[in-house]
Order: sequence, then C-alpha cells, then structure tokens
Amino acid sequence: MTTTTDPLGLGDIGPARFDSIPTVRDGLAGVGYLADEGIAGVVYLADRLAKPVLVEGPAGTGKTQLAKSVAELTGSRLIRLQCYEGLDESKALYEWNYRKQLLRIQAGQVLAEADLGAGPDHHSPTWAELEEDIFSEDFLLTRPLLEAIRADTPVVLLVDEVDRVELETEALLLEVLSEYQVSIPELGTVQATRLPMVFLTSNNTRELSEALKRRCLYLHINYPDIDRERDIVRHKVPGISDELADQVARIVRSLRTIDLRKLPSVSETLDWARTLVVLGISSIDATTARDSLNILL
Amino acid sequence: MLNLLSGFVEELRRAGLPVSLTEHLDAAEAVHHIPIEDREALKYALGATMVKSASHWHAFETAFDIYFARGLGTGDDGTPGPGSPGQGDESRLPGDQRGQQGGGAMDQMTPEELAALLYQALLQGDQPLMRLVARQAVTRFAGIEPGRPVGGTYYLYRTLRNLDLDAVLARLVGQAKRERQDDGDLSTLDERLLGDEYRGRIDQLKKAVEDEIRRRLVEDRGAEALAKSIRKPLPEDLDVMHATRDELATLQRALRPLSRKLAVRLARRRRHRRRGPLDFRATVRRSLSTGGVPVEPRFRHPRPAKPEIVVIADISGSVASFARFTLHLVYAIQSQFSKVRSFVFVDGLDEVTRFFERADDPADAVQKINTEADVVWVDGHSDYGHALGVFFDHFGGEITHRTSVLVLGDARNNYHASEDWVLAELRKKARHLYWLNPEPKDYWGSGDSIISEYGQHCDAVVECRTLRQLERFVGDLE
Repeated sequence: MTTTTDPLGLGDIGPARFDSIPTVRDGLAGVGYLADEGIAGVVYLADRLAKPVLVEGPAGTGKTQLAKSVAELTGSRLIRLQCYEGLDESKALYEWNYRKQLLRIQAGQVLAEADLGAGPDHHSPTWAELEEDIFSEDFLLTRPLLEAIRADTPVVLLVDEVDRVELETEALLLEVLSEYQVSIPELGTVQATRLPMVFLTSNNTRELSEALKRRCLYLHINYPDIDRERDIVRHKVPGISDELADQVARIVRSLRTIDLRKLPSVSETLDWARTLVVLGISSIDATTARDSLNILL
Repeated sequence: MLNLLSGFVEELRRAGLPVSLTEHLDAAEAVHHIPIEDREALKYALGATMVKSASHWHAFETAFDIYFARGLGTGDDGTPGPGSPGQGDESRLPGDQRGQQGGGAMDQMTPEELAALLYQALLQGDQPLMRLVARQAVTRFAGIEPGRPVGGTYYLYRTLRNLDLDAVLARLVGQAKRERQDDGDLSTLDERLLGDEYRGRIDQLKKAVEDEIRRRLVEDRGAEALAKSIRKPLPEDLDVMHATRDELATLQRALRPLSRKLAVRLARRRRHRRRGPLDFRATVRRSLSTGGVPVEPRFRHPRPAKPEIVVIADISGSVASFARFTLHLVYAIQSQFSKVRSFVFVDGLDEVTRFFERADDPADAVQKINTEADVVWVDGHSDYGHALGVFFDHFGGEITHRTSVLVLGDARNNYHASEDWVLAELRKKARHLYWLNPEPKDYWGSGDSIISEYGQHCDAVVECRTLRQLERFVGDLE
C-alpha cells in the first residue's frame, strides 16, 4: 500500500491524474459528463493501475463521450482509432513511407552520378548505409497507436468500436495495451514515454477475445437511472424547465420497460428534449408525446 | 481482506465466471487504491477487474452481496438516516440480537401500523425507511429456521406474500389518482408513468427484503455455505427444459443479442473463410504493378453458401420451451439462410412458417403457434412416428440436396410405432439430417425414449440443453 510497487513492469506509471473517486466524478461533471459511481470508480482505477478500460453497453449511452470527456478533463490530446472490418497494421500502428523511400534511393543515384567528377576521395553510400537511412524515423508514417505511444504530451487513446475488427487483428492491440510499447522490426521497440489513458469501446456485436479482455478493466455502461438521466437532460439541454426534464426522464424510463426492438438511448432522449424545447412545449401530455415520439424511436 | 478476496474469487469461479490469475491479481491491486469503507467503490473495483461480460454481472452481484454483506466491519449496515420513525430504538440494538427476539419499537407495532409505514415508505420513495420496513417484515414473516441449508427463496416468497405488494401498488396508484383529480384529470399517460414509478420503488423494496434475508443467512451459516445453495448457472448455461419463469425471461433477453452476434459471425465467416476460383483478369491487372509478373494471384469472392433449413419440432408439453427457443433462434438469424420452413407436431403435424413470416417479433409468432397451430391428432401425446409419416407424405417432395433438416425433440414416443424409415428416406434426400435432443445424454434411451432408433439414421444427434450448446450448433450449420 505504501510503496507503489511495479506490478506490471512498466517502470514509473507517472503521477496520479486524480486524487480520489469523487474528484473524478466532480471533474467529469465539470466538463459536462455526468458519471455515476461505477464510471468514476473505473476511470480512477484505470489511472492508478495503468490499465486500459474496455467500455461496453447499448448504443448511445456515452461510451465514446466518456473518453472525450476524460481527455478534456485531464487536458490531454485525444487520439482516436476508429476500427472497421479490414483494419490492418499499416492503418493502426505504422507504415513505411514507400514513396519517400523510393525517392530517397533515386535521389541517391542521381547525386552519385553528379558526384562522379567530384574527386576520387568521395564514395557513394554502401547498401548498409542506405538501408539504415531509408528505415529511419524520417520515413515512418505513424498511425494512431504508435502516435499515442510516442507522444510526449499527455494523451488519451480511444479505440472505437473494437468489436468491428477481426479476431486476428485484435492481436495487434495486445502489445500496445499491456506493455504500452510497439515493436518495429527495423527500428526496435518504441516505449511510451508517458503512459496514455486508453479507452476501448465495443457495441458487443461479437465476443472479444479473452486475451484482450484480460488486459482491460471492464466497464459496462447501461442506461442511466432516472435521477441521472434527468440531470443529464437538464445539463445538456439549455433552457429546459426542471418539470419538463423530469417528465422526459420518466417517460423514457417507462418506454424502456416495454419490450421494444430498440430502446431509446440517452442521445435520443436529448434529441427529444431539445425538440420539445424548440417547439415551446412546457408540459407533455399524451398528444404531444405521440406526435413527437418519432424522434425518440 | 486478501483471504476474503480469494474466497470470493473461488466462489466466482464455482459460479462459472472465468476469472484468471492475472485478473485476481489486478483485483488485489485495485483494492489498495480505493477507500476500504466505500462498499460501492469496492464493488465496482472488483467488477471492473474480474467480470468481463455484462451477462455475468448478475452472478457477480449475488456473490458480492453474500461475501461483502452490508455491515461487514463498516458502519454501513443499512442504518436509517435521521428523521425516520422507529429508528432510534432500532439502531441501538446490537446486530445479533436484532434477529427474531429483538424488541425495538417496531416490534411492538401492530401489523396495520407496519403496513401503514410500508405505504409511507413507498409513497415517498424513502430508501432508509424501506430498508427498515424490509428488516421488520423479514423478522415477522419469513420464519427463518437457523441452520437449514436453503438459499432463502422460500423465505423471500413468504415475506412478500405477507406484504401483499400488489394491493399496495393498487392503493398507491388509486391514491395518486384521487389527489390529482382535484386539479384536473389524470391522463392515461400520467397514470402509466405513476404506475411505473411505484413499481420501481416496489422493486427496490423487494431487493431490500432479499438483501436482508441474505444478510441473516450469512450470519447464520457463513458466506461460503450460503453461496453454495444460492449459486445459479449463468444465462448461457441454463438448462432450458427446467428453467423457471424468471429464468426463461432472462433467456429471452439473452437470445436477441446472441442471435445478432451469431448472424454477424456467420456472415463474416461465410465471406472470409474460403477463396473462390482464380480471378484471371484481376490477377493480370494486378501484375502490371510488378512488371507483368503475377506475384499476387487474385481470387473471386466465393458464393456464400446459404443452407435451406427445415425445422421439425415437437411442441408437446415436455419439450415445448426448448422448441420455442430453437425456433426463435433460427428465425432471428433467418437472413443467414436462404429459406427456413418450420413444422411443429405433437401427434399431428402443421406447418408454421406463415406465423413467422407475418409476425414482426418471433415472440408473437411463437405465441400464435401455441394457440393456433393444428397439431393434435388423437390424444395430444407425442407420436413421432405418425408426425414424421405425415411430414413425409405432404412435404417429403420438397426436401432437396440443399436442405438441412433439424428434428427437435426428446424422442419419447409413448410406445407408438417409430416409423424410422422416414428418417432414412429424408437422410437420402437431404443434405444433412440432425436431431437436437434437449434431454441430458444419460437419459437417452431410457423409458419410452427411442432416440437410438432414430439416431442411427441421422448425421448427428446433438445434446442441446443450453443456449451455449444451441448457439454452437447453429453456428456450425452449413
């Protein structure tokens, strides 16, 4: 407890970003994200344990927004990797800039020819020199994961909809997530100078691999309870009366108890509340509810 | 603390949650970082490090409530906040005397007074008061017998029956209606909202009662013993045939995300698995970038193989719930098959494809099947032989080499003729013939089960008792 031992072999995990769970909660509220106990607790732990957070839950409950808000709160840059089927190494980690390399080689040839008359003591570069030259950092195109690792300013890395990549591609993430490093065969291993905070979101369209889950803290964000939803509505919809916000939250809660094919999400609740405000409705009765319900469902 | 944690992890594993060693270590590490007296924070810390699937959360929560029951070395034993009636006397009692012989002010209350207090608690949504009432109700009504190895379900039932919450709910809504009537009408919308509001509170109360019963059982017999009697299988491992009504509802909810996942996976695999034939034009075009040398051959995308499915399901009482789930699942991923037809039988046989085609929601269709399908021929006891015979006479001609036939049932034929030649014929015509049996393998062939007689004609007879097994089977269909 007293000594922050180094359970992950990561060296110094850096100064704590947050003092306590309530600080996280208040801080997030300060940037407009109303977290509940669970969310704040997991964010706090993620920082203390230096572990990525895997966020799951129904669509539109603020999974991506959580990462953005944490970035805003900690004053970090948000680096986002949007996952899709077919994402590969060269889009996620790094890529060699072939064209530039090619140019470099051609330029070398041209220069060598021009130098032929310069004198006998000049020699053209050997293959080894050339190889070292074209596989240097100048020719490296960093992609989000490598960028997050190499950044020397504080960074929040968001890997969005990680369930969309294939199972095999998921393995790409593992090194970054557990060791905070990227191995590049030609260059060696790039270690993170400052550990980024990492958030992964998933819409649960498939089961993620055990290996990935094991490396993350798991956070399931469900639909908020009525008090939190009411606060969110009040917070996010300017000019809404308390009474209306309360009504909105209650109607949405009732809707969620019905077995609908797709339950209304928080973002849809907000859209609905905004519409009601724009329409100048101060109190919902059955007719207004029915007429504007298509926004919600 | 660490010992307690180890015990807890053991319990999670026994309940079927896959908690790895690293996760255990993470949890131990996480515990250091949170204030020890904060029970909620502890719960989320342990949850975040060890529970990696939303469907396991319920099992986790149950175990957590047992191992880290309220009042465990902390001040938070559900002591009501100031201002609640009866609180003064109640909280002065030491915990272990608060059981059956405890003598606070509340214990002298008449049942009517207690009911009035309950009503107040629900009306105001007063949480501490609710907990207090719950505790008192358990003392009075549950009749807990120390030392009995039970999980407390019956105590819960007994307590709730005595509280008669349905009547209370009706009263609450009625009261609210009368109040509102003074300043205008209560629309149906408002009524509905109020109803939901109170229902939510009543659920909280039920939860409080359950917590209280658990707390007492833990006091009585210790966490480990209780955990053992309370442990339930995870949703995907529930035995469909023996599920209770609540469990069936859980399964129902689990089914939709499951079928969506399955559909995505099937589609993905069909797209990626095999390469089609060589695409000559694309290869030549590609070779231009390598100076005409075809370094990287290109292949056409394969035509996805979409099997036709015919489901023949026994829906007699004994296996009805199983058939329902299978039909559900098959229809939920209908897009992955080129054609699905389904037939149900008891001793007569009827095609029910039309119900699924018309209904938006498979649940409606299943409902309709149960009421409308014409499946009884003589006496309403399963007769596989007759049903199969009818199927073959009427629909045998429509089975082609692209069709996979699934028969669902326990093959308990009530000693009728088996008519297993039908299956032999089907096997010849169809691409595959599978039999899904919802009975445990050990029971196959016992009593009037003639699964082996039918099984010899099938490509495979699969034991299929849980969603997990069902999912695996459907996922492998081709």
